Parts: sequence; C-alpha cells; structure tokens
Amino acid sequence: MLSFVVSRLLQSAAVMLSVAFVCFALFNFAGDPVVNMVGQEATPAERAELREQLGLDDSVPVQFVRFVGNAVRGEFGRSYRLARPVSALIFERMPATLELVLCAALLALSVGIPLGVLTALRRGAASTGAVMTLSLVGVAMPTFVVGILLIYFFSVECRNWLPAIGLGADLCFPSFGRGDTLSVGAWKSGLLTASGLKALVLPAITLSLFQMTLVLRLVRSQMLEVLRTDYVKFARARGLTDRAVHFRHALRNTMLPVITVIGIQIGGLIAFSIITETVFQWPGMGQLFVQSVQFADVPVMAAYLVMVSAIFVVVNFAVDLLYAAIDPRLRVDTARAGGGH
Amino acid sequence: MIIIRIATAAVLALALAQPAQAKTLRWASQGDALTLDPHSQNEGPTTSMGQHIYDSLIQRDPTLKKVPNLAVSWKAIAPDTWEFKLRAGVKFSDGTPFTADDVVFSFQRALAPSSDFKTYIASIKEVKAIDPLTVHIVTNGPNPILPDQVTSIMIMSKAWAEKHNVTKPQSYKDKEETFAVRNAMGTGPFVLKQRDPDVKTVLARNPGYWGKDQFKDYPDEIVYTPIKEPATRVAALLSGQLDFVLDAPLQDVGRIKAAAGLKTLETAQVRSIFFGLDVGSPELKYGSVKGKNPFADRRVREAMNLAIDANAIRQKVMRGFSAPAGLINSPGVHGFTKELDARAPTDLAKAKKLMADAGYATGFEVALDCPNDRYNNDEAICQAVVGMLAQVGIKVKLESRSKTLHFPKLQKKDSSFYLLGWGVPTLDSHYVLSFLLQTSGPKTGTWNFTGYSDAKLDALTEAMLKEVDAAKRDAMIAEAWKIAKADSPYLPLHHQLIVWSMSDKVEIPIFPNDSPNFKYAKMK
Repeated sequence: MLSFVVSRLLQSAAVMLSVAFVCFALFNFAGDPVVNMVGQEATPAERAELREQLGLDDSVPVQFVRFVGNAVRGEFGRSYRLARPVSALIFERMPATLELVLCAALLALSVGIPLGVLTALRRGAASTGAVMTLSLVGVAMPTFVVGILLIYFFSVECRNWLPAIGLGADLCFPSFGRGDTLSVGAWKSGLLTASGLKALVLPAITLSLFQMTLVLRLVRSQMLEVLRTDYVKFARARGLTDRAVHFRHALRNTMLPVITVIGIQIGGLIAFSIITETVFQWPGMGQLFVQSVQFADVPVMAAYLVMVSAIFVVVNFAVDLLYAAIDPRLRVDTARAGGGH
Repeated sequence: MIIIRIATAAVLALALAQPAQAKTLRWASQGDALTLDPHSQNEGPTTSMGQHIYDSLIQRDPTLKKVPNLAVSWKAIAPDTWEFKLRAGVKFSDGTPFTADDVVFSFQRALAPSSDFKTYIASIKEVKAIDPLTVHIVTNGPNPILPDQVTSIMIMSKAWAEKHNVTKPQSYKDKEETFAVRNAMGTGPFVLKQRDPDVKTVLARNPGYWGKDQFKDYPDEIVYTPIKEPATRVAALLSGQLDFVLDAPLQDVGRIKAAAGLKTLETAQVRSIFFGLDVGSPELKYGSVKGKNPFADRRVREAMNLAIDANAIRQKVMRGFSAPAGLINSPGVHGFTKELDARAPTDLAKAKKLMADAGYATGFEVALDCPNDRYNNDEAICQAVVGMLAQVGIKVKLESRSKTLHFPKLQKKDSSFYLLGWGVPTLDSHYVLSFLLQTSGPKTGTWNFTGYSDAKLDALTEAMLKEVDAAKRDAMIAEAWKIAKADSPYLPLHHQLIVWSMSDKVEIPIFPNDSPNFKYAKMK
C-alpha cells in the first residue's frame, strides 16, 4: 500500500511540473503586461526599465526555473495588476470558489443520483422520458447560456411575472455578486447570511447542471446493467425487499465508476467555475484568472494553474484511495501486493 | 419561537441603523481601480475612483472646464513660474489641516521614479511653499499648459503618508503592497468605507468636506462593483440592482432606453479612432509591393481615405455611437476646429483613379494590425474597413489581437498599417502633436509609429510648448494641424461617443472624459 501511495505521489508531482511548464510557455502568447502597467505617457526607456525589473526579458526556461524555485518556497510574487502578493489574492478568492463548487457538487449528486436510480427502475414511464430528454438539454447547453438564461428569467423578467402570480418581486434572485459575507477566521463565507445564500442559488444551479445530468445518465446506465446481473436476480429470488435489492446491492455496485467520474468532475467543476464566475461576477479564483489573462498578469495565471492542477491531482489521488475503501477486491489486491514477501 | 423573535429584532435593528434618508448609488463598469495610491497608476478607472477621495488643485467640471478645487486661483507670475493660492480652512478627513506643505509633498511624490505621472509633469523643476496658502511651481522654461496638467495630480496628506510609510508611490520592485494600495485618506467629497479589490468598494460622504455647501445633494454612499461580463451589467441595471452603468454595450443601449425607469446620456468622448500608416519605411514590412512603399505616396493615402466610408461604419458597426472624423484630434481639445474635422465624402471612382495614377491600378496587399479588446467595436471596425479597401484593390489581411499583444507590436514599430485610438487628458493639441506626429525619438513622438517626420511640424510643436502668448500659440497649433492634415500619415475614422445608462432616480451630468464625478450626482 505504501509503495502504491509513494509512486502515485511521484507521478502526481511530475504531472504538476509538466502542466506548469506547458502553461508557462503558453503565457508568452498572452502578451506584454507592461502595456497595462504604465500610462500612455511613459517613454520607451521607462518601459524597457520596467520590463527588465520584472525579468520579462529573460528566456522562458529561466523565468520558469525562477518561478518554480520561488513557488517551492511558497513565494508566488506579486500581481502585476493589483500589486499585491499573489498568494494573498488567491487565498482571498478561494472561499468563494470552494463554496460555489461544494454547493454545485452537492446539488449535482443529490439530484443526479436519485433521479438516475429512479429512471433506471421505471424504464419506459412517461416521467422517465421527460427527465431523460431534459437531461440531454443539460448536457448540450453551454454553461454560459444557462447562466444568462437563468439571470434573464429569475432576476430580470421575474420582476414582471412574480407579481403577476401574486408574489413579491423581492423573491427574484440577484444577477451578480456574492451577497453579504461573514468572516469566520480568514474564511469569508456567504453560507451564513440570507443574501449570501440567495446569491448562491443561480450560480450553483448553473455550475451543477452539466455535472448533474452527467451523473444522472451515468448512474442510470450503470444501474440498468447491474439490475441485469445474476446476483441481483438471486437477491430477488431470496425474497429480499425491492428496497434492499435496489439500494443495498445494486446501487453500491453502481457507484464504483460513478465515483471515478465524480472525482474527475470535481476538478472539472473548479475549471468550469471560470465561466460561471464570469457570468455572475462571482468573486472567486476563476474570475481572478480571467482578469489576469486579459492583463497578462503572469504571476497570478501561473499560481492559479499550479493550484488547479494540484487540486486535480489531489482529487484523483483521493479517488484512488476511495476505490480501495468501496471495492473490497481492490483492497485485498493491494494488501497482497504490499505484504507479499 | 425564540428564533423568530431574534430574527425580528435583528431586522428591526438593521432598519433602525439605516439613517432615514440615506441615499445609496450603486454603480458598475467593467474594471476596478488597480490601486488607491493616487500617483501609482495613470489609468482611467483608477483615477476615476481616486478623485472621489483625493482632491486636485484644479478640477475639471462636467464641461471639462478648469474650476478651482484645492486651489482657489492660479496665475503665471513669471515666464517659468505659476502661483497657486490655496483654499483656506480645508481639513483632511482625519481632521488635520491641509497646507502648502501637503501640496509640495504630493508633487514630489508624483515626480518620484515609481510614479506613473512623472512623465506627465516632467516640466516641473521645483514646487515651493511660499506660505501655508501659497505655492509656486517653477518649470523648466515656460509651460502655458501647466494648469491643465495639474488637474491630474491628487493631493495627499504629508503627515498621513509619513505615518503609514507611503511617501513614495508603490513600485513593482516592492515585495509587499504598501498601505496606500487599499487605504486612502484625502480632502475629497467621499471617504473610503470598504475596499475589496475586484469585488466591492464603498465610499461614504465625507462629513467634513469643504465643498459641502456648494455640493449639497450628492449621495450619502456609493457602492461600486466591477462587473466584467457586459450582459450581466445590463441585466443588473434592468433588474434594479444597479443605479448606474458606465459602459453598457452599444448594442444594448436601445433596450435600456426602452425599459421603464431607465435612461441614457450620450456625449462625444475625448477619444479619436484612426488608422496609422507606415509612411517612412522604404518598403512595407507586411505588404506585397517590393522595392517601394505605396503608403509613402500621398495619392494612395488619399484614395484609402476616400474609400473608407465612416458613415457606414457609424451606422452598421457603431450603431450610431460615433462621429465621423477628418482629424485625429477630438472635439473639446484646444485647437480642434470643425473645418479641420470635415471629412471628404466617400468617392470610390476618384479613389480608383488616384490608385491608378499612383501606379497601383491592380492594387496591393497589406496586413492590418487591430486590437480586439481596447476600443468600442474595434475588431468589427477593422473587418468593415477590409471590405471597403478591397473595392479600390487593396487586399487587407486582418490581424486582430489582444491589446497586450497589439501595443507592444506597435511599440516595436513592427506594423505597416494599424488601428489606434487617442485620448487627450490635457485637452490641448500639444499632447496629440507631440505623441503622435512629432518625429519619433526617446522623449518625443513616442506613439508615432508611422515613420512620419516633418521639420516644420517638429519646430512648431516644440515652440507651442513654451509660447505663453495665447494668440501666437493658437496660430502655431492651427498651422501644425494644417501640415498634419495635408501630409496625412494617419487616416482619421471617427470620434467615439460615450453612453452612460442609469435609473431615472439618478441625476448626473455626463463627463466627456468618461470619468463620472459623483459629487455632481443627485439621487431622487
């Protein structure tokens, strides 16, 4: 087990380093930050001086080595745009993104899994057809469009139709921002205030819709397959209740591939949140990244990408470990491999 | 039950905590101020935010006229010396009095190497406090437009800056951010209440503001949220979550106008959009003609001018929000005249004839560099021009890029044909002439990427910088523009119009520099 963990860790480090290098090389195409850093009156000499101070004249490998060297010491430098330490910027924005991703993930699972099971059990029912058709829309529609449509119906137009059905227009959802936040230590949380929770609704739905439909379709197809297997038939033959058969025996075996996909998708949620955050002006890391790209703010872009790849790697690593917990066969295999001699 | 009681109490407490008449103005635009340090970034949203907390000696009113602010009067007392009489009884919002020492300190700070304004006021040799309410600014030789330049320099408290160790503007060399990046304290109409960069900034009325008798009705609180996504900005305005949007996309203006309870204001912006041509190189770097430069031929430039239909661009690309131009100088700038700005009507037959006369009857190819995130509909303008020039045989290869790639390419003089826009903060023609038309060198013509050079125009531009006789100076400006227009290294396109969108509850005059000053605003 230990050698398995160590080898996975080494692989993870190599993945991160290569991802970081590729991204770093790409940054050279993002342009010259100096354009945005000085006013139009600055002379060519002043521009050249600033470029030299920032080390922008060095070759990409030199800049990359310097970046990795600093990053290892936890030093990501200062944002060209906001002139503040990058690590402080990212940590300030992290709670907003993580709360959004967490809510979106919970929403995706709590709606996706039960619906997946139900549509598998009730094959051919009209309601199943409707859910499956709708789920196609969820898979196909771009996040950007979903967000704008939700804003249009539930924060702009609802001012007209809510009063028409006898409800107050103040039930409309905000179209941007995070509402009021409360600080718990260094963590600025929007989950503790009414306006914060209200502001979370539309972005969380937008972000979760794709994942939700993906989970739904995956659980359904896995479930259909499992329901055909012999041990489910035997379980029925033993006279177990439908509930026990479906949820204790069938669902558990359905979950294995689902967990893999969900694990990867949590990384995906963080990546997808860039679009959701832009549409809803959600003050998270994704938005910080988009603003940084437009400014060619290389320190922030680099730190963000390193961090996102770190999250991907950690999540995948955790999924590997979870596998062992859920599937006893894997546990036995690795135990044998670990203690074989 | 107890929860309901606590909740009721909390709601009541919140309701009572709000002053009965508190008027809050919530507004948004696409980008946030980069810093609150008043001398660190000479950039639109940054200076726009700063002017609410810090005051300058002289300010621009809504017509961009110079009006007294911290200085009550100013005059030249010697060819190279301007005297400023300061306002008496002004206090910083921390209660300390404002004196001439703060002015001297602030100008020294704005001249520091890490300041982004140092080039702007480079003519200043010395700033002297004569008495607590008199300041002399000595320049290197006469500088008739010093008062215009002074409007951009904000005044800080010397004591506050020393206390917080921010006597120099923040520099990119620093390891940590300075105190002045997220804190601010000045003499202005507002004080900083909350600063969350990129998220939310709240300004509250400064109770001790010196101008509160003159500006009685401005809002008690201003909440600024940068909203990047244009559709979200518009949605927030339509849904009543914002009272004011600075930069609604032009295609949504019609919808905002039609919405109940919303209105728009429009005015000509001090920013002109034009095309630059490489007229100096012996051969175009990105062109098909070898051995000679077609742009060096005045007939070709005239033909291009005749082929570009600025009215069609106004109608189809800009949705009416542009004013076709005949000059690269903007309305409102000293030296701009309607006669110079007149544009020859589009005439394809004449353009084709000029091309044939110049020996390019079959046309040629050239690459056009265009930004896609800098000016209103910039990329669409370029696309339209590609089609228009094709009609006279010029095959344009369009290369659109982000501003972070476009401007460095221009600065390397690595373009044959490019789109550029130019705003004029000093509102004086010298600014345009010296940056765009004077011969390119280390200090002058730093944005002249055309290779254009004219000795007469250079001499006039230098002379108008020091000429204190207004009539003589005006004659110089007029002559310089005549030369520039005749030589036409640039093809003028249009002046941008700005549109501000707001709720009917808001009353504010529109500023042609696109920088709202909310002390002129009123909430109904």
